[in-house]
Amino acid sequence: MAALATPGAFRVTGWYLTAFRRLWKMNLLSSFVQPMLYLLGLGVGVGSLVDRNTGSTSTLGGVSYVAYVVPGLLVTTAMSLGAMESMWPVMGSLKWQRGYHGIAVTPLEARDIVLGHAAWIAFRSAVAGAAVAIALTLFPDTRSWGLIAAVAVAALVGMAFATPIMAISVNSEYDGAFAGIQRFYIIPLFLFGGAFYPLSQLPTVVQWMAKIPPLWHGVVVARGFTTGNVAWWATLGHLAYVSIWIVAGAIVATRRLRRKLYP
Amino acid sequence: MPEPLIRAHHLVKKFGDFTAVAGIDVEVQPGEAFGFLGPNGAGKSSTMRMISCVSKPTDGTLRIFGLDPVTDGPKIRARIGVVPQLDTLDTELSVQENLWIYGRFFDLSRAECRRRTTELLEFAQLTERAESVVDDLSGGMKRRLSIARSLINEPSLLLLDEPTTGLDPQARHVLWDRLYRLKQQGVTLVLTTHYMDEAEQLCDRLVVMDQGRIVAEGSPRSLIEQYATREVLELRFSAGTNDQFADRLHGLGSRQEALPDRVLVYADDGEAALQEVHHRGMQPESALVRRASLEDVFLLLTGRSLAD
Ligand SMILES: Nc1ncnc2c1ncn2[C@@H]1O[C@H](COP(=O)(O)OP(=O)(O)OP(=O)(O)O)[C@@H](O)[C@H]1O
Ligand SMILES: [Mg+2]
Repeated sequence: MAALATPGAFRVTGWYLTAFRRLWKMNLLSSFVQPMLYLLGLGVGVGSLVDRNTGSTSTLGGVSYVAYVVPGLLVTTAMSLGAMESMWPVMGSLKWQRGYHGIAVTPLEARDIVLGHAAWIAFRSAVAGAAVAIALTLFPDTRSWGLIAAVAVAALVGMAFATPIMAISVNSEYDGAFAGIQRFYIIPLFLFGGAFYPLSQLPTVVQWMAKIPPLWHGVVVARGFTTGNVAWWATLGHLAYVSIWIVAGAIVATRRLRRKLYP
Repeated sequence: MPEPLIRAHHLVKKFGDFTAVAGIDVEVQPGEAFGFLGPNGAGKSSTMRMISCVSKPTDGTLRIFGLDPVTDGPKIRARIGVVPQLDTLDTELSVQENLWIYGRFFDLSRAECRRRTTELLEFAQLTERAESVVDDLSGGMKRRLSIARSLINEPSLLLLDEPTTGLDPQARHVLWDRLYRLKQQGVTLVLTTHYMDEAEQLCDRLVVMDQGRIVAEGSPRSLIEQYATREVLELRFSAGTNDQFADRLHGLGSRQEALPDRVLVYADDGEAALQEVHHRGMQPESALVRRASLEDVFLLLTGRSLAD
């Protein structure tokens, strides 16, 4: 009897994992150190300022600033990972190293590459998030079962940034677009995306703009889980919205990649 | 006659207004070694990519194993091996990792990937370099790895686009030997090349392509017999005067061809032609009689030499 075939996407993810195996210590270290630095800087620095002012803590929903900022860190880490891994590496696999062309002559095809990439981002975000989450369990303020759910949400957000950016990378002739994505999408979201302070602090127009990308929706849901205030229907709505980004990105990326690989 | 492995009828590939392949007919039988020979831009790679099921024909019909590449691409690709003109190896991974990963793309079990990797490393003489990162390999080793990798699914049809371009003579001979062994194992080989000696060494049958068309077809020997004479007399006169002498060679052999650096005289008896050259009072700086090769066929068919 023939064994059940491994889904094509996971065969592609296997490729990424093999490459990761060589570099995981370095990668893990940097995707761990960076959020921890932010956490210390923001938590100790900004946190001591905020927590002394009872008015501000109520704006944060009654939790300490560190507890407030933790889900934001998990989700923004996934955002950066999903974005970075979907720019130069994707262009390289298409134009420089041409790994995608190597896959194109196997039974796999464009859809497997896109979904395999998304699965890889989810894995990568989850690993990075888990490393941070484990460290967070050391402190009573941030220790919670909700961290597990928050890591899963971060993985979802990682994919929601990965597939649309992959769609752009696949169609880009050179890497000029990437600086723009960083400057006009990722960095502004980091600063104004609702990860480190409530969106309500911003002008209404900016609030609306910040709610279009998937980041804020992921942060709200993750924060619900870590602080234990889950609004289930709203959570479902946010997750559905994040999923739309993933699916739409994957559809466009697949269509474009197919045109590139099978002209 | 068994069903041909590859059957192309009036195959056309256009890029916008530009026609890269202008309606070719090709049939390749199981077990054959078949070659596409032609200069840069002849349309060899475009044809190979259509056969590899990565490029859709603009017109005509194409069948591989009797299947249509447009609708059965994945099914066909599972049974063929492809060595593209440009390597697509993962240069950051080791040699053996490249082979394992590729086996996984074909959904071979991990154990099977390992078993075949060991065999293929041996085949490609890369066993000692199994753990080297691909980036550190020489060009010839990378090419051998590409070929080894294309064999991971034990294909019955192997497509090689310029397998030896850029390799030194020794590396080419090693590769030819490997390809010859595959052929003996019954693997059907389809390759492109602009090396005449490669085509003569490896191919049972070949087509000469020029500007998207097939200009001749046959075995290397029959093409030489059909289009060239038995021997060729190569004359070199002092620099820049080859053209002038071409006139004075008129009527010699069956045909004369003035190239920038030498004049070729096609004759069944090269020595006799050379004596006639001396008889007419010409003193070439050097003279050489050799057997006609595919290079001559190409020159006679297209009026152009094959620049490497
Ligand atoms: N994707 C493409 N878009 C536009 N033109 C193309 C494309 N691919 C190939 N061509 C053109 O088609 C023609 C045939 O190219 P092809 O690569 O098939 O030639 P070739 O015989 O393999 O040449 P070489 O020996 O240099 O590899 C060339 O003129 C090339 O510029
Ligand atoms: Mg070519």
